[in-house]
Amino acid sequence: MTAIDERMLQLDPEEARRVRQARFERIGRWVLPLAIMILAIWLWDRICVWNEIPQYILPRPGVVLWTLYNDAGLLFSSLLVTLRITFLSLALAVIGGVGLAVLFAQSKWVEMSFFPFAIVLQVTPIVAIFPLINIYVNDQTTKLLLCAWIVAFFPILSNTTLGLNSVDRNLRDMFKLNGATRWQQLRYLRLPAAMPYFLGGLKIAGGLSLIGAVVAEFVAGTTGQSSGLASRIIEAGYRLNAPRLFAALFLISLTGILIFLVLSLISHLILRRWHESALKQER
Amino acid sequence: MIREKVAQAPAASGAAPTLLALKGVGKVFSNGVTALSDVDLTIREGDFVSLLGPSGCGKSTALRLIAGLSTPTSGVLDWRGGGSLDRSNIGFVFQEPTLLPWANVFDNVWLPLRLKGISRAKATPTITEMLARVHLTGFEDAVPRELSGGMKMRVSIARAMVTKPRVLLMDEPFAALDEITRFKLNNDLLELWQDERFTVVFVTHSVFESVFLSNRVVVMAARPGRVFDELAIEASYPRDEAFRTSPDYAALCRQASDVLVKAINSTAGAHYDGH
Repeated sequence: MTAIDERMLQLDPEEARRVRQARFERIGRWVLPLAIMILAIWLWDRICVWNEIPQYILPRPGVVLWTLYNDAGLLFSSLLVTLRITFLSLALAVIGGVGLAVLFAQSKWVEMSFFPFAIVLQVTPIVAIFPLINIYVNDQTTKLLLCAWIVAFFPILSNTTLGLNSVDRNLRDMFKLNGATRWQQLRYLRLPAAMPYFLGGLKIAGGLSLIGAVVAEFVAGTTGQSSGLASRIIEAGYRLNAPRLFAALFLISLTGILIFLVLSLISHLILRRWHESALKQER
Repeated sequence: MIREKVAQAPAASGAAPTLLALKGVGKVFSNGVTALSDVDLTIREGDFVSLLGPSGCGKSTALRLIAGLSTPTSGVLDWRGGGSLDRSNIGFVFQEPTLLPWANVFDNVWLPLRLKGISRAKATPTITEMLARVHLTGFEDAVPRELSGGMKMRVSIARAMVTKPRVLLMDEPFAALDEITRFKLNNDLLELWQDERFTVVFVTHSVFESVFLSNRVVVMAARPGRVFDELAIEASYPRDEAFRTSPDYAALCRQASDVLVKAINSTAGAHYDGH
């Protein structure tokens, strides 16, 4: 701090103002959303108290937290089930998405022929496809995985395909001049160039695989076959156990946020040295 | 830096053997544009040839044809009296540095060798030497975005030269640089050329650059792209900063400039006063 203060002494008013503003922005970035969040929760609590809303309609935040603690065993074991589907489907989405993108990148013809299928798969609501999957697939895990995968793989496929096709023309010529084989061009040029695009797709797919897993559980859960967080929510809904419903919802949101943060961190670590998106603004 | 070396302008004597002859070379693009028409051009071993001309005169197209990145519509490229040249004998420097942004300086220079299956350990002495030649020792671990425009271009030159090619093709390599940096790179390039005795084909639209660097300036004209005239720059090497300010240089520049103005005005409908 003293170092900054000393430096401030030498700065002209404009620069000093800029330093101050930057510092406020740094603090504000964390404090502001936190303050708003706390205010909202407090307001929620007050509304419950002021209007004497019964717990089975809208529980107070404290009660939700208490339920989270009380039902921890049940909720977390369900969370694990959902997480397993989420991560497995995300892993499969990465393998499938990148694999297909590499295949598409081999030839314009392959891409032109098969890309429409991927789009059809993407735009059809998964809830509408599930009954079919339910008929054709017996294994519960496979069913859920397939659902979550269909939802999650498209952003990875489309982003990676875009990335593989966005290589600088001169760099391509340079590889050609040096007699690079197809494989070398893929390994040393196109895959690294597609990395930022892939990571962008991965961030979207992370959230989608969680959504896919929960939606799949929902649809499967109505037939009483699932034990993930979604089935806890359905169950709690039937029993008018609103606190548990909120607790489960809170866990799902938290998981989504964590997945996003972890994937953002991974993306930043990989790109920080060279890609514009990960660079600090320099003046 | 003035070198105590016997000045030699190899091709000016005309004794050097022919490396490449373009015979009646033409290129018509699929959109109907005639980029090059009936180009005859002989490049001798050790030449420093500049292709000078306005934009649209096909000088970059000619370079791409020589590199084998494109094939002529008509005519032939005759490498050393028959056959085609092995691509590994060509180094190419683009207008932009064209570096891999995710790889550091060392890996960027290693790339051409890596593509030929030469391991890092085996390539290291060559790369270290090459980086020293372009004054980039100590920057091995920097990534392109951490370098200035001139330094990036040095990396690009080191990468083109790391395979020890016989021919270095340069497509307006210094056009985007500031004048001070360009002068420095001009000097360093000449020094490198004199030490290694490779052949350079240098595309530029700068009269001053072409006269300073080359022993032959080929002036091209546009629509259709063609060779308009050729000038021998009979000033001895090494050329340094003293040459840049000499009356000889000024006279040669004026001469080249006059030819260029004629070339520009030879295109139907164009009028340009020059100077």
